Amino acid sequence: MANAALAATPIALPDLGAARQARTAWLLAAPAVLLMVAFIIAPLAAVVFLGFTDFELGYGSFRFVGFENYAELFADRTFRQSLWNTAVYSAIVAPVSLLLGLGIALLIESESIGRSFFRTAYFLPVASLLVAMATAWQYLFHPTIGPINAALHMIGLAGPNWLGASNTVLYSLAIIGIWQSVGFNMVLFLAGLTAIPRDLYAAADVDGAKSGIDRFFLVTWPMLGPTTLFVITISVINAVKVFETVKTLTEGGPNKASEVLLFTIYQEGFVYLRVGYASAMTVVFLAVLVVMMFVQYRLLDREVHYA
Amino acid sequence: MSPQSTFTLGRAVRLGLLTLGALMFLAPYIFMMSAAGKGQSEIFTSSLSLIPEHSFFVQNFTKAFTRVNMPGLLFNGVVVCALILVFQVLIAVPCAYALAKLNFRAARLMMALVMLGLLVPIHATALPLYVAFNNLAVLNSYTALVAPFSISVFGIFLFLQFFRAMPDDLIHAARLDGMSEIGIVARVIVPNAWPAITAFAIFSVVAHWNDLYWPLIVISNQAYATPPLGLLYFRAAEAGDDYGALMAATFIITLPLVLAFLLAQKRFVEGITMTGLKG
Repeated sequence: MANAALAATPIALPDLGAARQARTAWLLAAPAVLLMVAFIIAPLAAVVFLGFTDFELGYGSFRFVGFENYAELFADRTFRQSLWNTAVYSAIVAPVSLLLGLGIALLIESESIGRSFFRTAYFLPVASLLVAMATAWQYLFHPTIGPINAALHMIGLAGPNWLGASNTVLYSLAIIGIWQSVGFNMVLFLAGLTAIPRDLYAAADVDGAKSGIDRFFLVTWPMLGPTTLFVITISVINAVKVFETVKTLTEGGPNKASEVLLFTIYQEGFVYLRVGYASAMTVVFLAVLVVMMFVQYRLLDREVHYA
Repeated sequence: MSPQSTFTLGRAVRLGLLTLGALMFLAPYIFMMSAAGKGQSEIFTSSLSLIPEHSFFVQNFTKAFTRVNMPGLLFNGVVVCALILVFQVLIAVPCAYALAKLNFRAARLMMALVMLGLLVPIHATALPLYVAFNNLAVLNSYTALVAPFSISVFGIFLFLQFFRAMPDDLIHAARLDGMSEIGIVARVIVPNAWPAITAFAIFSVVAHWNDLYWPLIVISNQAYATPPLGLLYFRAAEAGDDYGALMAATFIITLPLVLAFLLAQKRFVEGITMTGLKG
């Protein structure tokens, strides 16, 4: 997808001299280039550099410590817990929100009434302020006065202490994460479904695919390939970046049970001001993102031919 | 796959599932509005009844407006989002035009920069930027909130694809009329690029209205708090279980974007999902 933009260099317009064209181009692009260097390239280089130092904000000097930060990192129980929690959270949120998004898109696509209402209802969480809606969820999840446990109590079940117990907190956060991202995936799948040519279904019918399930696996699923791949990548990346709900509702607790990557980086870097150590964590975080992008590109090149 | 006109069992199941799901997705909004109208005692006794017996709407909303400077928060949100958007468009459009329609040697290198930039979230650059802003003594200011987002590589990427599809004849004709390149960008490209700019605007505003990470880092003075940060302050001030007031504040802060979304749904969906459709 993205690398298509790299392929073609613009064709020179014949009515403008090459030298003048290049000069104008530089002039137009200069502000963007300067800001890209200042706010992306330089900080990126600085974060890698700082990862090899013991820099702390408030202390004048720092020294190089080589890979000491990284060694400390992988012996750090909080950081390991944080990596694990982020992985568990992502392993729940990404697949569930993908499948729900696909399921809802299929249901909406095959139904003629209420389409726009359903689309609005499922997409609303995407457009809502997450910090605010997390607060609403906190009320829903409240162990004693929350509507969820009140409803469970009515049918004779004792509800868990959703956000307050270390064995349920990550799952409760995952529920909020799924709720927030399903609508986004649904809209992408709806667009993907509209793009499938109708006559493919007619052809599948002729080939003997009579049931809806046959049609789905013969036509819909393969044709949604590029969309699915994109949804997977973006879902995983967004899940790895979970922060708002954790900061708002749990602060990593109870007992570090909801400590996630970005929250740990935030704590070390901006609360304890251990910039060098937090920089090393950031490098690990970036490495995770890069690996996932790389996997997406490879899969795109190999598996999907009909984009 | 075509929608049937008759009412079958399958259809009933489908509609039932969709309705049930929609109710579950809307439940947080429904209970938020219900609790925003309840008094303390009612919240503690009957959490499942949706209509408050005694309306506490006025008291709860008054608390929400007086405990934190709610108009100030919303104002900061608007100012920050507007400034970010203006800078992003002013800087990304000329650059994207140069990359799409002009021939120069550094174009390939710049494309590589843009691709790299797409991969790097603010979370990765936040530490050095924070140290730099601290040294420059610009923390707790609109500058700190806006500056890192003045460049949007996603904007460049998006406009670039849109400009590529514009006919060269249009630019050619403008040049024959003696227009300068900057004039062409301002008077030919921008007026023709409104669909892309609108979609990008929605994408950008939603992203920055909702952002908590960066404001949390650079702002400690309440006067510059954006809506998500303000809500965190309000939560801290309402340390108890005053869910009525908390839900009222939540409602006020969620409302602007939700209203905008309901009024311009199609554009919102386009704008927010553009990453997927155009990418």
